[in-house]
Amino acid sequence: MTEAVLLKGVSKVFGETYAVRDMDLSVHDGEFFSLLGPSGCGKTTTLRMIAGFEFPTKGSLRIHGNEMGLQPPNKRPVNTVFQSYALFPHMTVEENVGFGLLMKKVPRSEIGERVKKSLDMVQLGHRADASPKQLSGGQQQRVALARALVNEPEVLLLDEPLGALDLKLRQAMQVELKELQSRVGITFIYVTHDQEEALTMSDRIGVMNEGRLLQVGTPQEIYEHPTSRFVADFIGEINLLTATVVDHRSVRLGGGTVVSAATGAVPGSQVTVAVRPERLELYGLEEPVTTGLNTLQGKVVRRVYFGDVFYYDVDTVAGVIEVKEENRPGVDLHEVGQQAVVAWDPAATTVVER
Amino acid sequence: MGSGGDDGRGALTTETVAPARPELEEDARRADSRRGFFISLPAWIYLTVFFTVPLVIVLVYSFATRSSTGRTRLADWNLESYRRLWDPLVGQIAVRSIVLALATTLICLVVAYPFAYYMATRRPALRSVLLILVMIPFWSNFLVRTYAWKVLLGSDGPLSQLSQALGGEPIRLLFTNTAVLIGLVYGFLPFMVLPLYASLERMDWTLVEGARDLYADGWTAFRKVTWPLSRPGVIAGSILVFVPTLGAYVTPAILGGAKTTLLGDYIVSQFLAARNQPFGSALSMGMMTVMLIFTIAYFRSGAKNL
Repeated sequence: MTEAVLLKGVSKVFGETYAVRDMDLSVHDGEFFSLLGPSGCGKTTTLRMIAGFEFPTKGSLRIHGNEMGLQPPNKRPVNTVFQSYALFPHMTVEENVGFGLLMKKVPRSEIGERVKKSLDMVQLGHRADASPKQLSGGQQQRVALARALVNEPEVLLLDEPLGALDLKLRQAMQVELKELQSRVGITFIYVTHDQEEALTMSDRIGVMNEGRLLQVGTPQEIYEHPTSRFVADFIGEINLLTATVVDHRSVRLGGGTVVSAATGAVPGSQVTVAVRPERLELYGLEEPVTTGLNTLQGKVVRRVYFGDVFYYDVDTVAGVIEVKEENRPGVDLHEVGQQAVVAWDPAATTVVER
Repeated sequence: MGSGGDDGRGALTTETVAPARPELEEDARRADSRRGFFISLPAWIYLTVFFTVPLVIVLVYSFATRSSTGRTRLADWNLESYRRLWDPLVGQIAVRSIVLALATTLICLVVAYPFAYYMATRRPALRSVLLILVMIPFWSNFLVRTYAWKVLLGSDGPLSQLSQALGGEPIRLLFTNTAVLIGLVYGFLPFMVLPLYASLERMDWTLVEGARDLYADGWTAFRKVTWPLSRPGVIAGSILVFVPTLGAYVTPAILGGAKTTLLGDYIVSQFLAARNQPFGSALSMGMMTVMLIFTIAYFRSGAKNL
C-alpha cells in the first residue's frame, strides 16, 4: 500500500537557514498524524510544503505515490485548515464552503447538496447564510473544517487549528476532531506545539526541533520511550539527571549513586537519565522499599498541593528531583524538611544522550 | 476570628462601594462631549469660514441677475442661470469633461493597481522606500511640473526630437486633449496609488493561500479574493482622482487647446471674461451635483462588499 504522504530527504532553506533539514517522513493512509514541536522548529514549513505553499529546496515529496514537490497548491489533492481559518470575509458561510467545489467545476446542484451535508456534519446547517464575521471562533473553526472536508481531500492538513480557541472549547474540539477523523477516514496531518493535543488525538506523532524530525512513534512510545533528551524534555514533565554509563544495565548518577537502567551507550560515556515524576514514589526513611527499585535519599524542600496531586521537590545528591504523588486516601504526607527516599522501577528509566 | 471577619466584611460593603450617583455619569458624558467640541473647533472654524460660507455665497449668486454692464445684482431672484445649463454647448463641455475625467481615472487605476500590488508585497523596508518615491513629486510645485510637461510635449521638445531623429514626424501633442490626459494622469496618479496600497497592504494574504488551496489558480484567486477585498481602495482612489479631474483648471489651461474647453476653464471664463457670475455659480453648483451623483453611485456599487 502506498503511503498517504512520503517525504524523502526534504530540505527547505530560507536565505541561509534551514527551516527543514533532510526530513524523511511517511504518513500512513487514514491515520491521524501530528507534527509536534516548539515554534520555529519547521513543523509549519513542512505542512506548507505538503500543501504547496512552499516548494522543497531539495528532496522528494509524494502524495499517494505521485511526486508533488513542485506542483502548485491547486493541483494537489490536499486541503488545509488554517490557524486563522482564512474564511473569505466577503462571502457567506455557504459560499465559503462551496468555493473549492466551484473551482473544481462540480455541477451547481451537486455543490448545494454537498455544502449542505458538510455544514450539517459540523452542526452549522442553520448558519449557511451568515457572514463569517457573525460567527464565534468555534463556529468559524468548524466552517473552515467543513470547507476543507467538503472537497473530500486525500489528506487534510491542519495548522494549529485550535490555537485561537479558549481552553474549554479547545478540549471539546479535540474530541470532536478526533471523532470526525475516524468517521470520514481521511488522513489528517496536524501541526501543533501543544503536546497534550498531540498525545490525546494522534495515532502517531512526529517530534521536530530545529528543522529536524527527531522521533516518530505512537503517543505512548513518544511519552514513555523518548530517544533523545529534547523529546524527553519537551513532552510532559520529566526529571533529567546527568550520569555516567557503568555497563549496559546500570549508570552512575552525579553524587556517585549507581542505579539500574538499560542502555546501549558505551561504558564511561556521559548520558542523561530521564524519569517521569509520576513514576516516582516517595517513602519515609523507616518505610520498607520494594526490592529491585532504584532509590535515592534526599530532603523534601518543597510541597505543592494541586488538588488531585501533590508535587514534591526532593533534594538528593544527584540533584533536585520532582515527584508527583496522587492525592489518595492513605497516602502518607511528607513534610518539608523531612528526609525521604525517592524510588522508581528501573523499567521506567530512560537513558538518552547528554 | 469568625465574628471579627464578619464585621470586616460588613464594613466593606457600606464604606468602600460608592453609592449610585447617575449624575456623575452624566457629568462625565458631558465633559467628554465638551472635550470633543474643543478638539474639533479649529476644523469647525476653518471649514465654516472657508468652505460653508463661500459655498452659500455661490449658491446665492446662482439665483441672482446679471446687469447689462456685467455687475451682479442681488435682486430679482430667478432660475435663468440654471435654465442655461441645458444649453447644448454646456452639455458638450460637460460630456467632454466627464469623459476626460473617467479616462484619467481608468488609466490611473490600470497603472496604479499593479504598482500598489507590487509595493504591498515587498519587504517592509523596501515598501517605505517605494512609498517615499511615490510621494517625491509632491515636493515640487504642481504648476512647475505641469510647465515641464509643456516643454516635454512641445513640437520642439525631446519627445518630438527623438521621433524626428528616428526619421518620424514631429510629435504634435501639446494643446490637445491627449496632452491634458497625460498631464492629469501624471498629476493624480499618486492619489490612486496611495489608497490602493493602503488596502492591499492590509490584505490578509492567507486568504489568497486559502483560495489556492481550494483549487483556484493564481488569476482566479486574484479575481475572487484579492480584487474584491481591495475594492475599498479602488473606490477611494477613483473618487480622489475623478472628482478633482472633473473640475481641473490648471492642467487643461496649460496643456490644453483653446478649442476644447473643459468645465474648469469654462467656469473661470464666466467669472473673468464673460463677467457672468450668476451663470458661473450655477455651473459650479451643477458640476458639484454631478460629482455627488457619481460619488454616491460609486460608493453604492461597492458598499455591499465593504
